[in-house]
Amino acid sequence: MSLLWLRFALGCYFIGLVYAFVALTRTSDLFSRIALHAASLGMVFHFVSLAELFLSGQVVWASVHNGESLLAFLSMTFFMIIYAIYQTTSPGVVVFPVVFFLTFVAAVDQQPVLLTQFVSHKGWLIAHIILIFTGYAALVLSFGASLLYLLQERRLKAKKSTSLISFLPALEVIDQIGYRSLLLGFPFMTLGLITGSIVAITTYGRMDFLDPKILLSLLMWAVYMVMVFTRWNSGWRGRRAAFLATFAFVAALAAWAANYFSAIHRFAAS
Amino acid sequence: MRFQLIGVNHNSAPLEVRERLAIPESRLPDACRDLSAYPGIEECMVISTCNRVEIVAHTTNGHADLRGFLHQHFHLKPEELDAHLYEFREKEAVRHLFRVASSLDSMVVGEAQILGQVKEAYATARAVGAVRGQLDQLFSRAFAVAKRVRSETAVGSSSVSIASVAVELAKKIFGTLEGKTVFIVGAGKMSELAARHLMAHGCASIFVANRTYDRAIGLAQKFNGQAIRFDDLYSTCDRADIVITSTGSPHAIFRREHGEQFLARRKNRPMFFIDIAVPRDVSPDMAKLDGIFTYDIDDLQQAVSSHVADRRKEAELAEAIITGEVERFEARLHTLDVVPTIVSLQDHLETIRQAEIDRVRGRMGQLTPEQEIAIEALTRGIINKVMHTPITTLKTAAKESEATTVVDVVRRLFNLHDKEKEAEPPAKKNEVGTRP
Repeated sequence: MSLLWLRFALGCYFIGLVYAFVALTRTSDLFSRIALHAASLGMVFHFVSLAELFLSGQVVWASVHNGESLLAFLSMTFFMIIYAIYQTTSPGVVVFPVVFFLTFVAAVDQQPVLLTQFVSHKGWLIAHIILIFTGYAALVLSFGASLLYLLQERRLKAKKSTSLISFLPALEVIDQIGYRSLLLGFPFMTLGLITGSIVAITTYGRMDFLDPKILLSLLMWAVYMVMVFTRWNSGWRGRRAAFLATFAFVAALAAWAANYFSAIHRFAAS
Repeated sequence: MRFQLIGVNHNSAPLEVRERLAIPESRLPDACRDLSAYPGIEECMVISTCNRVEIVAHTTNGHADLRGFLHQHFHLKPEELDAHLYEFREKEAVRHLFRVASSLDSMVVGEAQILGQVKEAYATARAVGAVRGQLDQLFSRAFAVAKRVRSETAVGSSSVSIASVAVELAKKIFGTLEGKTVFIVGAGKMSELAARHLMAHGCASIFVANRTYDRAIGLAQKFNGQAIRFDDLYSTCDRADIVITSTGSPHAIFRREHGEQFLARRKNRPMFFIDIAVPRDVSPDMAKLDGIFTYDIDDLQQAVSSHVADRRKEAELAEAIITGEVERFEARLHTLDVVPTIVSLQDHLETIRQAEIDRVRGRMGQLTPEQEIAIEALTRGIINKVMHTPITTLKTAAKESEATTVVDVVRRLFNLHDKEKEAEPPAKKNEVGTRP
């Protein structure tokens, strides 16, 4: 049943995906409103899907696909918060495709749950998942904002008064969206990694630092920290910030992909 | 419809002529009073702005000597003035007024000020009693048309002055200008204007630097700002978010290395340079720095002219709206013209009917209620059938130019004219005539 709701949500997010592509070429107020409503409806379905999963009693949260679903939901939540504050749907250009992709993968089929069988502290595990995913969602958003920043900066420098991509908010607004997501996401990411380590240590009794999942996670965290630091210390934005954000995003993707081949952080049946 | 309009604008008359005709705001009520006392004028109004002086009047016969009034009022000889005047009557006067109110006749098409100016002129004329029924209708329609044009076309949407384009760009960079700091380098008229616009949009503080320190102080005082010595320019400039520069320096005064310094001290917060100096004050390689945006006079001019082109396209749409509105207004006025005639025709026939019934009743003696009803229905039916064609003809004619002729014929045929004069006081007639 939960999967069915998720597929409904996927249908709604598809409209958002189309919007993301259309918005790059032309501006339409009507379409951005439609996309917004579709996304909100999608979130309702998505919420129902997640709630059902949770109420079903098994902690199937720890399956890869359910994790992806949760991450997509959190990203949408961030998107909506930003919409509430800045009244702009433009981060959707990046957020919608990412959310669509995650939901799509999650909605394909149900995966068996393995990890939880070995975990002795379920509370820590749930904390780890929620914290780390909130961090991921914030990262997706700040990555999106840094791309939009580049786009808007190019546009202003090109001095074209009538450009196709005039839907973008002011440069400083985009900058604020990115910076705030970054600042908000960092503590979540850090706490998520700490709780993850606790789970690992209590389960296996030690930390295997050579495991690809742990290595990549640490790398991602390091890039994240460099981003926060350079921004705080010398106000990096524009090209350099976008470069770092892309790097962090790729590291995050790699860390996520490591789920499929890590010895200790694996959900799927082997 | 006996509207007349006469005047000069920026196209028809040079500034010297417009200057002589311009009426200061304080003297506008007197001018309206003088004009309404002029022979042949029923209602009138005077619009005087820096780009136009116009008289709009509703006259007794449609041929009042408005030129004569201008000559007399401004003490000008016909040869000094007449060549610059344009004059419109009836439908064309309506069209011109609609175009003026919608800002299609403005020097900068689509500028928003003119509507406010026309509204003020209207209020002034109304206050002295020069505007009543006919002009009242004309102007309320003109304001509605202007509103329609503004909401249905994009004729007024893009900025078309250097200063407002600068504000628009600044907003694209900073979002809100609330709390931003402006630095004027080189005190000039244009930079002062741009600064004034920026301040009006929320910029909080201003610095002024000029080679002559006294001029910097003078300009800074105007804005409640702070004058900076030219030697301190580079050490203070990073405090500004927006720099407007217009010095007469033969070389660029802001170069890449300055930009790098500013950005380092500002922690890379963006800076916007508006360079209106020729030769340029900001070297072109500044723009290569991330976070520094420079617009020179050509860039700004280009933005302005592309906006002007946009507006011209929109103005064509607006003209179509106006043509439709003029037709509608004319049709409505004509319909109003025939309404009194229809009413008196109905009254006239009703009087005859009543008189005939009374006469017959005397001969036939007491009638039963059924008979009363039958007679009532019979006579009413006849009257309605007889009246149907003349009323339809009148209503149709109202929409065409022959309205007055048809109205005259009907009035003469039924001898309505004299009767109406005896029966209706003039005030009531006026009321019927102006009812929408």
